[in-house]
Parts: sequence; C-alpha cells; structure tokens
Amino acid sequence: MSNNQDGAFFYLGTSPHVEHEDKEAAKFGMWLFLYTELLLFGALFLAYAVYRSIYPKEFEIAASHLDRTVGTVNTIVLLFSSLTVVIAIVAIQKGNKMLSAFMLILTMACAFTFLIIKTFEWKAKFDSGIFLVPQSNIGEASAVLSALPQGQQVFYGLYFVMTGLHALHVIIGIGIFIVILVFLFRDIIHKKDVVFLENSGLYWHIVDLIWIFLFPLYYLVV
Amino acid sequence: MSSSHAHTSYLDVKDKYQFKPLNWILSVDHKRIGVMYLYTAFAFFIVALLIGVTIKLEKMFPGQQIYGPEFYNKLFTTHSVIMIFLFIIPTMPSIFGNFFLPIMIGAKDVSFPRLNLVSYWIYVLGAGIAVGGIVLGSPTSLIGGADTGWTFTPPNSTLSGSAVSSTLLAAFILGWGTILTAINFIVTIHRMRAPNMKFLKMPLFVWTLYVTSWIQLIATPVVGITLMLQVMERFMPIGWFDPTKGGDPVLFQHMFWIYSHPAVYIMILPAMGAISEVITTFSQKAIFGYFSMVLSTVGIAAVGYFVWAHHMFLTGMSEVAQFVFSFFTFLVAIPTAIKVFNWTATLYKGSIKLDSPMLFAIGFLFNFSIGGFTGLFLGALNVDVQLHGTDFVVAHFHYTMFGGAGFGIFAAVHYWFPKMFGRIINEGVAKLSFFLVFIGFNVLYFPMFILGVYGMPRRYHDYVSRDFFDPIQKISSVGAMILATGVIIMVLNWIISGSRGKKASDNPWGGTTLEWKVETPPTLFNFDKVPTVVNDVYDYDAKGGLHG
Repeated sequence: MSNNQDGAFFYLGTSPHVEHEDKEAAKFGMWLFLYTELLLFGALFLAYAVYRSIYPKEFEIAASHLDRTVGTVNTIVLLFSSLTVVIAIVAIQKGNKMLSAFMLILTMACAFTFLIIKTFEWKAKFDSGIFLVPQSNIGEASAVLSALPQGQQVFYGLYFVMTGLHALHVIIGIGIFIVILVFLFRDIIHKKDVVFLENSGLYWHIVDLIWIFLFPLYYLVV
Repeated sequence: MSSSHAHTSYLDVKDKYQFKPLNWILSVDHKRIGVMYLYTAFAFFIVALLIGVTIKLEKMFPGQQIYGPEFYNKLFTTHSVIMIFLFIIPTMPSIFGNFFLPIMIGAKDVSFPRLNLVSYWIYVLGAGIAVGGIVLGSPTSLIGGADTGWTFTPPNSTLSGSAVSSTLLAAFILGWGTILTAINFIVTIHRMRAPNMKFLKMPLFVWTLYVTSWIQLIATPVVGITLMLQVMERFMPIGWFDPTKGGDPVLFQHMFWIYSHPAVYIMILPAMGAISEVITTFSQKAIFGYFSMVLSTVGIAAVGYFVWAHHMFLTGMSEVAQFVFSFFTFLVAIPTAIKVFNWTATLYKGSIKLDSPMLFAIGFLFNFSIGGFTGLFLGALNVDVQLHGTDFVVAHFHYTMFGGAGFGIFAAVHYWFPKMFGRIINEGVAKLSFFLVFIGFNVLYFPMFILGVYGMPRRYHDYVSRDFFDPIQKISSVGAMILATGVIIMVLNWIISGSRGKKASDNPWGGTTLEWKVETPPTLFNFDKVPTVVNDVYDYDAKGGLHG
C-alpha cells in the first residue's frame, strides 16, 4: 500500500496481465446456463402443475394409456448413459483416451436408443389416433383426440410438447458429443484440460435429470 | 495517466482483415462489440421513434388522418417490439455494460469474449427476423408486422392473421442473446475483479449490471419458452392456451408477465446505475448511502418478482391474489424511493456542474418520480379498475421507460462518449437537445395521464370528438414533434462530435471510477498493469480522485 500516499481509489500495480484460461469460469458459466435450462422446463412443469390441479381425473385416465414399461426402459437407458459419460471423464483424466472415446460412443448409442424407443412410443400413439396436426391442415385434425374430454386433450398437448422438447435436447446432446469426440482425437481435450468434456457431461446430466421428473409425472401418475 | 509513452487505442488497432468492416464485426474486443451494439440499437431506436411520431400524428385529430386502424395496430406493435426488445432491454447492458464493465472492475475483457460476439450476432439475427417479419409481411396481409401489441395475449395472438409468429420467434432469439450476455457478466464479475476489488467496492453501475444479469438469467427462459409455445399454438395447435381444448389463455398472461414484469427492472436498473455514476461525478461528492443503494438494487429485483399479476387485476383472479400482488407492488416503491432520496442527498452541498449528462440525470429524477408515483395509482386495486387499459397506463409506462430508462441511456451516452470515442460532445447543442427532449417529453406524455383519467382507451386508432379530448390530444401530438426534433438534434450532435469534436482528456468530468484512469480512448487491453483497489470507490477527497 505504499503507493497510497495521496489516498486515491486505485494505484496501478506492477504485475502485468497474466494470460491464462480460467477453467473455473468456464464451469461457472456452464452451471448458470444449466440453470436457465431448468427454468425453461420449469415453466412447462408449472403449466403441468396448473392443469393437473384443474383436471386430476382426466390426467390419471390419460396417463394410464401411456406405456409404463417403455418409459421405464428409457429411464434405465438414460441413467446408464449418464454413468458412461462420467466414466469417459475419469478415463481421460487418467490419460486413457481410447476408453474415454469408447464411453462417449456408448453414451451416444444410449441416446440413439432412447430416441428410437421414443419414436416407437409416439408412433403407437399416432396409430391409435392421437396426434397433433399443423394449423394448415386443421381439417384433418384427429377425431379421436378432439372427442376426448378437455383435460385429456391438454394432457396430450403437454405430453407431446414436453417429451418433444426433451427429445430435442437429447438430439443436441448427440451433436455435442460428436464435437467432443473430434476434440478428443485432436487432443484439444486431454489429460490436463477436460473442461469441455466436463461441461458437456453436465449438460447431459441435466437432460437426464429433466427426464427423471418427466417419467413419474407422465407414466406413474396413476 | 501514469504511462508516458503513447499507446494504440482500441479504435486504431492494427487491422486483421483486408475488408475493413470485418475488423469490427468479427472482433471479440468488448469495447468494439459495445460500440457495434450502440450503432445497431440506436438505428432501431430512431426507426421506432419515427413510428411513434406517426402514431401521435394519427391521433392528433378525431377520425382517420394518415392510415387505417389495421395498419395502426401493426404500427404500435412494431413500435413497442422494437423499443422494448431491440432498444431498451439490450441497450444498457450490451452497450455500456460491454464497454465499461470490464474496465470498471479492472479487467482486460469479459470472461468469454467469443460468447460475447455470439450474443451480438444472436441480437442481429433476432432483430433481422423481427424487422424481416415487419417488412415481408404475412400470407394473409400485404403489410407485415404483428397487430397484437407486444404482450401477444391469446386468443387474439393465436387467431391473428398478421405476422405474429415471426415476431414471437424474434423475441425468443433475442432473449437467448441477453441470457448469454447475462451469463458472461455474472462470471466476469465473479472471476475477473482486480485485486482487492471487493463486491462492496464495485461502482454502482457494475452492481446494477450484476443484479440485472441475474434477473435476465432467472426470468428470460420462462418467457422464451412461453413465446415458443404460442408459436406452436399457431402452427400446430397444442391447446395449452386454447379454452376449446381445455387450456387456459390466462395462464399465458401469467407466464408472460412472470418475465415481463421483471423485464422492466432489466430496463430501469442499469439506467439507475448510470444515473448514480453521473450524479456522484457531477456533484464531486461520494454517493450518499452506497450500501443502501446496493441493497435497494437487490431489493427491487427481489420484490419485482412478486408483482407480475398487477398487470392482470381484471382477469378474474381471486381477491386474495389481487391483494397480495397489490401489496408487493406498493412494497417495490420503498427501495425505489430510497434510491431517489439517496440521489437527492448526494446533490446536497455537492459542487454541482450542470453539464449535459447531469441535465439528463436530473431530467431522469423528475420524470422517474412522476412515473413511480403514477405506478402506485395503478397498483391500487380500485383505482386500477378505472385506469386499466387507458392512456394513463401508456403515460405511466413511458414516464418510467422513456423518461426513466431512456433519459438514463441519454445521460450515459453524454457521460461516457468522451471515453468511448476520445472526443467531447458539443455542449451547447447537447444542452439545447436536452431541453427540447425534456419539454417535448413532458408535453407529449403528461396530457396522456389526463386523457386516461377521462377514459381514453389505449391502443385505439380513433376517438369521438369531445370538447375536453380534442385540445389535449393536440397538445400531446405537438409534444411528440418537439421530442422527436430534440432526439434527432441530439443524435446528429453525437455523430458530428464523433468526428469533429474536441479531443477529450483522460478524465474530462473528474470521475473516480476506473474507466477514467485508463487512456482515452482505452487501449486494446485497457490496462498496462493490473490495478489494485485501495480506497472506497467514490472518494473525491483524494486529490479530486485523480491518480498519478
């Protein structure tokens, strides 16, 4: 504090700026971003809560028509993929690039499996006559759906939007892991610098976590 | 400035690309990004301002003057969408936050410079879609633009044949731009403060940016997804807000206002921060009650989360809910009033210099007080029933957002312009433009309070001629013309002074915060050496706050 004879707010220090990458900052930023993701889905959960309190009976009936086995399998697949991504992080921290890459590919395989199962689930619903149509062909709207009580119509509106948005996040996750895999082979991600992989792992866990909430709300309501 | 040898300013950094503009639009320097936001946002501001003038001209006399009601609906929606999403929300954080936040905390840039550039391009993309929707129109009408107002309330926004979807999509995209900026600022403030720059030693402008960033982070995702749901509702009816499918249109309003009420604090808080800087500098006196200023900033943000439904008193909420929301609305006046008292107390016995930034700051105090008090009228349940949906609301909103946030932005431009561009704004013209803007503003909006009390509905294209209506409408429209003249003179003055103004010294106003310690204009990395904080931030006794 010897520079402080005149009592000014600042004195100019002697150390020049040090060039360094702030990995803590990168992770902090990622956590903040994940927080916005939670709030994004939070708004949807809020709407779910409102409509379920208005139509408790209808929600129960509609939910009983969803396939609980399929939902459970998908939950297991996603949980397993969270494990594989963690192993991928630990592996690269220990310098095992091949294991890390293998685990990332396994994670993506799980993500694909999830999407395929989800597609068949939606397909079954479409075949039973429950589907949404674009405004332009509103004349072909599902007669089955519009014959249902209003509470069930809202239930399916919520179901398609929320699981659809979640599936979109799974697809984005696959894209991220492809980039990460490239980074891994180009040694941009290596033993000393795993922050990219850690951040994408965090993202994947959030996608997982949201499903953990979607699963009971839609499949285990009854 | 302690350094003796000349440095290159950020404006004259060696070009990387042959094609000159690329050196700006691909630059990750926080200062260049801030300046790009300045140009873009003010271009949109002028467009929306001129649209606003035509709206007032249309209303100058009863009956149709210039255009019909459908076009009128699209114009006032366009005016509000541009003003809110492209101008007031991003201006303060993105222009002055980008430029000065790193300098004020003694950093050389923000934490994620590349993300910062991405935010700018998201802003440009969103702006392009918003304006594109306006220009290109929609299949069902020749003239583009949405006609729902910026609140997009269903079922009108579901059924409207105008370009609502593109406008909603634009607002969604713009929202993500501000979220990324908010993340950037929060991380920067946490990680990159200079040694010994404790949280309670940060300048108040930085504090308001910090709190604003949190509001953006917490509120924006909710409205973002709500707007996307409304887009889906239009393209592929999902029934969330459609009563025929069991949905509830009022839920949309709740989800919209959960963001959009805090959004008015996103607009006003950084302006309050800039006003704090201006008032302390031009009084040459430490800000009165620094800590209570910080607390009231946090307080406004916190309480501001529990007031959203005061926009919806007439939607048939329960009386308990109405009471609670009305109570919190009154509560938010307390931290706001603390700020006004502190600013006034800072002026007391200060050595006040009435330069143009200070004039705008005092204009802010005057207008914002009126805006704040009339907000209490609207927060009172019984009065709101009478005033809801009248011109009174429009006047109140403009007194807080234009007379408040807008004047704050103008004060900030006049205050920081010398540092940003190295030149002094022509003071005489600046003062002239202030008086035109201030007088025009009050002549325009104060009569609208009276019109509102008399029952003039907002968003109406026309009105029935009445003895007491017609003259007041005319006065208001004349005010709009004075205001627009003032703003155009002001902006021209900036443009001319930017190239012909006198060279500015490092600290033309005698400020104490760190941006006045660096060169004018700042060098690429702002500081040669990392600055270390010694005293409190607003210490004017320390040889006029100058160092070295």
